[in-house]
Formats: sequence, C-alpha cells, structure tokens
Amino acid sequence: MLSRYREYHGKGDAGAGTLRRQPLGVLPVILLLVGVLISPGRANAQTQNTCLACHSQLDPPLQVSPGDFTNSIHAQKGITCVSCHGGDSSSSDPERAMSKAARFRGAPERKDVPEFCGKCHSDAAYMRGFDPSLRTDQYSQYQTSVHGKLHAKGDTRTAVCIDCHGVHDIQPPSDQRSRVHPLNVAQTCSRCHADAAYMKPYGIATDQFADYSASVHHDALAIRGDLTAPTCSTCHGSHGAAPPGVDSVARVCSTCHVFQAQLFDSGPHKDVFGAMGLPACVTCHSNHLVQHPTDAMIGTAEGSICLKCHTEGDAGYIAAGTMHDDITKLDSAIARSDDLLGRAERSGMEVGEARLTEADARDDLMKARVEIHSVQPATVDRDIDAGLKVAATTYQAAQNALAELRYRRKGLLVSVVTIVFVLIGLYLMIRKLESKEAQ
Amino acid sequence: MSALDKTTDWLDEHFRYSEILAFLRKKTVPVHRFSYFYFLGGMTLFLFGIQVVTGILLLLYYRPTPNDAFESVQYIMTQVRFGWLIRSIHSWGANVMILTAFAHMFSVFFLKSYRKPRELTWLSGIALLAIVLGFGFSGYLLPWNTLSFFATKVGTDIPGQIPGIGKWTLTFLRGGEDVTAATLTRFFGFHVALLPGLATLFIGLHLLLVQRFGMSVPPSLEAEWRAKPAAQREVPFFPNFLLRELMAWYIVLAILGTLAAFLPWGLGVKADPFAPAPAGIRPEWYFMFMFQTLKLLPAKIGPIAGDLVGVIGFGLAGLVWTLLPFFDRESRGRTTRWIAGAGVFALTYIIAMTVFGYLAK
Amino acid sequence: MVDEKRNGPTQTKRRHFVEVILGTGIVASLASFLYPVFRYLIPPESAELASDTVLAGKVGDLKANTGKIFRFGSRPALLILLPDGTYRGLSAVCTHLGCTVQYRPDLHNVWCACHNGMYDVNGRNISGPPPRPLESFDVFIKGDEIYVQRQRNA
Repeated sequence: MLSRYREYHGKGDAGAGTLRRQPLGVLPVILLLVGVLISPGRANAQTQNTCLACHSQLDPPLQVSPGDFTNSIHAQKGITCVSCHGGDSSSSDPERAMSKAARFRGAPERKDVPEFCGKCHSDAAYMRGFDPSLRTDQYSQYQTSVHGKLHAKGDTRTAVCIDCHGVHDIQPPSDQRSRVHPLNVAQTCSRCHADAAYMKPYGIATDQFADYSASVHHDALAIRGDLTAPTCSTCHGSHGAAPPGVDSVARVCSTCHVFQAQLFDSGPHKDVFGAMGLPACVTCHSNHLVQHPTDAMIGTAEGSICLKCHTEGDAGYIAAGTMHDDITKLDSAIARSDDLLGRAERSGMEVGEARLTEADARDDLMKARVEIHSVQPATVDRDIDAGLKVAATTYQAAQNALAELRYRRKGLLVSVVTIVFVLIGLYLMIRKLESKEAQ
Repeated sequence: MSALDKTTDWLDEHFRYSEILAFLRKKTVPVHRFSYFYFLGGMTLFLFGIQVVTGILLLLYYRPTPNDAFESVQYIMTQVRFGWLIRSIHSWGANVMILTAFAHMFSVFFLKSYRKPRELTWLSGIALLAIVLGFGFSGYLLPWNTLSFFATKVGTDIPGQIPGIGKWTLTFLRGGEDVTAATLTRFFGFHVALLPGLATLFIGLHLLLVQRFGMSVPPSLEAEWRAKPAAQREVPFFPNFLLRELMAWYIVLAILGTLAAFLPWGLGVKADPFAPAPAGIRPEWYFMFMFQTLKLLPAKIGPIAGDLVGVIGFGLAGLVWTLLPFFDRESRGRTTRWIAGAGVFALTYIIAMTVFGYLAK
Repeated sequence: MVDEKRNGPTQTKRRHFVEVILGTGIVASLASFLYPVFRYLIPPESAELASDTVLAGKVGDLKANTGKIFRFGSRPALLILLPDGTYRGLSAVCTHLGCTVQYRPDLHNVWCACHNGMYDVNGRNISGPPPRPLESFDVFIKGDEIYVQRQRNA
C-alpha cells in the first residue's frame, strides 16, 4: 500500500499523470476520516479513557459521571484521572490499570485532601501555566480557618476542599454550575451548618442559613441578581472561614456600608459598645437576619430597638424620640405635598418642576435615615430641615396649581354670567315678538 | 338710524340680504308638544361647528407621532394659555355631539320624520352618524395614552373578525398589522381631512334636503290637525325659531364651559405598546353597548365564533335601521307598531348595555 | 284694537331695554369666548421640545471638570464637561434607591451621597450599592446650545 503511494506521489512524478492517479491518494484520507468517525466523543484532546469507561458503569461511591467530569474545569485543562489518582488510563484491564506498577494512588483519604489539592493549587509556578491570575494561597488560608484548625486536630467531619468544591464535577466559582458560585454558596455551607444533628458536637447554632435566607442580602443576591451582595463567604471568608470577631464585625460591614460605619464611629455608641463588648452593627441589625430597616426601628415606641438598652428619661431615650419624630415629620411632609401634587396633576395642571424638586426632599429623607447611625439628633436634623424646606416649596407649588384651577372656574363664571344675560335677552325678545304677532 | 338699521342696509347692498331674509321668512316651523325635538339637529350642527373651531385650534399645537403626540397634548393642557379650555371643550364637545346625534336620530325615528319623501334625508343622516362615530373613534387615539392605544387595538380587532374582508379592513384601518405610528398618522388623516370633507358633503346634502321638504310632523298630529285645522300652530323660522335655537346653543355653550372647568379632560399615561393591556380596557361610551354585547356572547355559537355572530348581527341590524324608510310606508297598522316597538327595543338595549358595560368590572 | 300700552314711548323704552340686554349680552359673551381663543393663538415662551431631547444649557455654562443637574422630562439628569473638553449626559437618578447623583471633580467620578454609590463618567456602576449603570444620553451641540437626547434603540 505504502509503496504504491510512494510510486505515485513520492518522487518527481509531477505533471498530468499525477492527477489521473489522484483517487488512490485519497485513500489515506479516507482511512483517517473513518478512524475519526468511529472513535468516541472528541470533547477533549485525550485518547480513550478506560478509567471513565469502567467507572461510569459502577455504583456509588465508585461511580463517576462521564458528562460531569468531561465538562469539569480539570478535564477541560487536561488534568484527568491519572493526574490525581495515578494508574494507567489506556488499559481496560483493572488489574493493570490500577496496579502499583502504574503508580496507582487510589482516592486520597479525607484527612489528606487539603494537602493533596494544595500540592498543585499552592504551587504558583505550576498554576501560572494554566491561569496566571489564580490565587495560590487557598491551602495556607485554610490552615488559619476554623475548618482548617479542626482538621489539623484530626477532625474528619470538618469541611475539606471536596465538601465545597465537589470532586469530579468541579467548576470555577464564576460558573453558575459551581457549588461555590455566589448564588450557591449559602446552600453549600448550609449542607453542614444547617444540619442540627451533624453540628451537635461543635455546639454552635444552626439557624444561620434560615436567617440569611430571610434577609435583604439574600434578596439582593438571589432575587435582584446583584452578585456583589454578600453571601456567607463575603463576611466569613471562604478558605480562611471564621466568624468575624466582635471587634471586627463593624469593619466587615463597613466595607460596603461605609457611611453608616463612619457615622457610628463619630457618635457616642462606638465607645459604649466597645466598653460593653457589644458588636457594632449586629447588635441592632443582627448578623444573618438582616432586614429592611424601617422608621419603627428607631424611637421610643414599642418595637424600637433603642428600648433594648435605653429607658425613659435617659439621654439616649430622648435622642431616639427626637430622631424618630423628625424623620416621621419629614416623611409626612413629603407625603402631604406628594398627595396634593397628585391632585393637581390629575386635574390637568402642570407640576413637573415641583415633582423634580420633590426628589430633593426625598434625597434628604434618605440621607437622614443614614445619619441616624451617629445617634445624634443634630446631625440628623441638618438633613431633616433641608428636606422640610423643600417639601414646603413643593407643597406651595401644588397649592398654586390648585389656585389656578379655582381661578379658571372664576373665569368660567364670568362667561356663564354673560351667557345668562344673553339668554334673558333672547327670552324677552322672543316674548315680545310673539306677543306682537298675537295681535 | 339705529346701528342695527345701518348694518342691515350694508348687508342688503352687498349680499341682497333682504331677499334671503324674505325667503327665510316664508319658512315656518310647526309648534306642537314634540317640537322641542326639532332643536336636536341644529344642536348637533352647532356642536360640529364648535368641534371644527376647537379642532383647528388644537391643530396649531398637536403633533401626530408617537414620540410627540402625548407630549404635545400635555403641552396644550399645561403651557398654552387656555389650552386646557380648548382641549377640554373639544373632548367634551365630541361626547355631547355624539349624544345629541343619537338623540336626534331616535327622535326622528319615533316622530317618523324619515318617511317618504324624506328617505334621502334619513340615509344622509345615517351616513353622518357613521362619520360622527368615525370622528369619535379616530380622535380618541390622538392623545396616544394607554387607554386610547388599547381601546383602538381592541376596536380595530373587531372588524378584523369579519370573514373575507376582515383582514383587509384591519390592515386598512391600522396602516399595518398592529397599532403603530402608521395607525396614528392614518387616524389623524381621517380625523382632520377625510372625515371633515365627507361630513361637509353630507351635512350640505342633509341641510339642503331639510330645507327642500321642511319640518315633518308626526302622523298622529297630522291627523289631529286635519280634523281641527284651528289647532295647527306654527312660528316663522326667522327670527322666532332661530332665536329659540340660539338660546339652546347658548345653554350648550354654558354646559360645555362648565364641564371643561369642573371636569377637565385627563391626560392619562403615555402609551407603551410593549406593556400588557391594563385590566378593564374598554371603548368610549358610544361603543360600549356593542363591546358589552360581544363580551356577553359565548365563545362559539354553533360552528361560528361568538364575536363574529355579534359583528354580523350588528351589521344586519344597522342595515335594517338604515333601510327603514323603505320598510315603513304610509300605511298605519301592524308594520308601524312593529317598527315603533323595534325602536323602543333598540333604544332600551343601547342604554341598558351601556350602563351594564360600566357597572360590570 | 290697538293697545295703547303696546305703542308709544313705553314700548320703545322696553324694546330698547331688551335690545340693550341682548346686545350687551351677545357682545360680552362673544368677548368671553374670543379672549381665550386669542390668548391661545399666541405661542407660549417655553417652546417645549419632544420629551426625548432637552436643551441642557449653553456652551460656557460649565467649566471644565464640572457637572450640572438639569431637568430631563420629569427627572433630573447630569451634564458633565470633562477635562478633555467632551461632554457626557447621564440620568441623575441613582439606580440604587433613586437619590440624585452628582459629579465629583476630585474623584472624576459620579457619586451618590446617599449610600456612597460610585459610577464612572460613562455611567457604569463601579462601587457601592448601585446594581445597574446610569442611563446614558447623547449630547450634541448646535451653535452654542447643548442638547441632550435619549438614545434610540437600534
């Protein structure tokens, strides 16, 4: 076969004759195509993987789904069974494939998993060959975490890499299929942390996931789709997971809630909370069950958080009452002006300018509600007073519009009076005409 | 010489005013217990005049594109001096005119003024009713707010159901498949050019015929007067009837002004073709009875779609109504009573369905 | 047959009285109808353009590296003159909770004072709570007038 090929295409037989013999040259191409067509799926560059061929047929815990694995980030990058487990993936004989000679390592034990994964993932030079921007401090971070510290003490129930990332179906965190994608993180953590029976030996609460799921942070993330909203790992860390200490809670919240933290620090609560060992932010807003703040949270009425510490007559009590009353005052002023503007609008009056100005008053109210974190009425009142001034002008604009409406009705009255005149005149003329004709 | 005499002299020299007056003086209007109904026709004409005047004024500021229509109406309502008045009078005037047009038609029906030789007057009047309803339908879209957009959508869907010509009719009305900028342009053209032209033609014809044949008197009264000639009363059209008509017109003006000042016509919300139709969409009141009927009909009557039965039903009823003078001849008796009964039924049905349409949510 | 009361000076006076009432009434009523019509015919000072295009200001109103809030329809908008001499037009309604944003010359960014939201000069939300960018408008100059126009979707 090969000699024939050489005979026709090998040396110097250029010219017309070559073309005529072309059909025979096609044969190797046909063979190649046939080879390609009869071989299995070409998802990655590797040749037949006997590990996957067998293990896809087995029952758990030895089962590996070929679809999951082939789509996983490791397989995509060419890291396959042999890279982690050793062995021979070209042999369909289990004895040979999983032999010591083939350097088969088997599955690592739970206690060895972090180090096992870390062998590659902490090797900066190695990881650079795949994605230079990937971090390589996961293992060292893990060792500082609560999970890591327990693991070092020999606890095999605590979380290791595979518990969060999966085993054979690992995806990068940016992929929505990944168990550590922001939308999925809370669910992943809750697999242990919401399991009361599992967490019993550790003596910590298991209501965090339920609380978080009812919080505004969860709403922002899962419902509004804002991927920058916090999930478990945002405040606790991922590899270095540990709850923020009492002192550092404020700093964690303040990475996003900058103004509120600054205001809190400028006010009397900072030192008081510090002295009492109370965590800032969490004391009033809770850590996991963070809800939409309402005006009712501040003040002296039942349900207000201030009452948790303050009692009637003390300075804080009075300040709380003042701030609440001032905010409510601005809120009602805006509502009142808004209502009247609506009435004017529905009557067909133009109040666009006033509507625009109204937005300023709402801005002031919004700012006032942030300012309360200083727990100083003077700070809050700066915005309240500005807002009240604006609300007064928009209310006035609405009143002017309605006055214009009334003016129109007066104008109408003039017209109607002239019409009545005409009607009387016509009536008299008709009567006169007809009485004359009657003669 | 009084100012009035000087004016009449000038008019006489330049228009032969007194000759016209002499002709007009000959015209008389019968006076009887039903003669108040004679005002309705003239009132409709007067309201049409008001619509033309206010319409031309609105035309100076209105812009007929989806981007600008709503804003231009808003501009008229809020920035133009007395724009709110002109616009509200136009909107209220339209409704009052349609009301008087219907009232005029029904009074002509019950007083049997359509009979020979006034068949053509009746036919031209039906044409005018169709034109007036066309004015109402096309004008309603022009402010381009949510209500008008969806009312137009539903309103043009219905003729689209007619077999054969339905699709063509729908495309012709809408200027395309859907209600779009093309529809607005087209409706604007209908409203300010086509329909006014047709209206002028038919009003001219209608008035000419009314002048030709004079005011009709109900047959029952004719019989009375034949029996007792002394009971017959009439007044000259000019100036007696005209003065009375002027009173009626002034009262209408007062009503329109009051409506405009106390119940200014709303702007609504600018139409968003991509938003879903709001709940409770319905047409203007003068189409309500048809709309409510269609809503009440079952989805299918036998093998035919319920809507289609409704549309055809109304079409046939309209046709019979139009050809009325050819059914009702001079004879008294059962035909006459049937026709009167049918008229009462029609009027009651329209009123009941309209009220029902508003009460049902 | 002639009734004395119906002729003579009383009759003339009465007729005159009726004519006066009618005449005055008609003239007055016509005046009360025509006055609004004449006022209507005079165009108002504010020539309102289509809601998609607004006159934001005049060249020279803004100094380089400053911004100004102007009315766009019924909402506030922001016109920025960048240090390189180009203009930017953005909606000034923060996409977080609706506060009015402002241009920060010190940061060369758009900032929301309510919750510290930050946008770049093209409206992209870069830090803080805002979940979406600010709506961007086209700016074009005609003579010495600066117009801001809503972008048309292709």
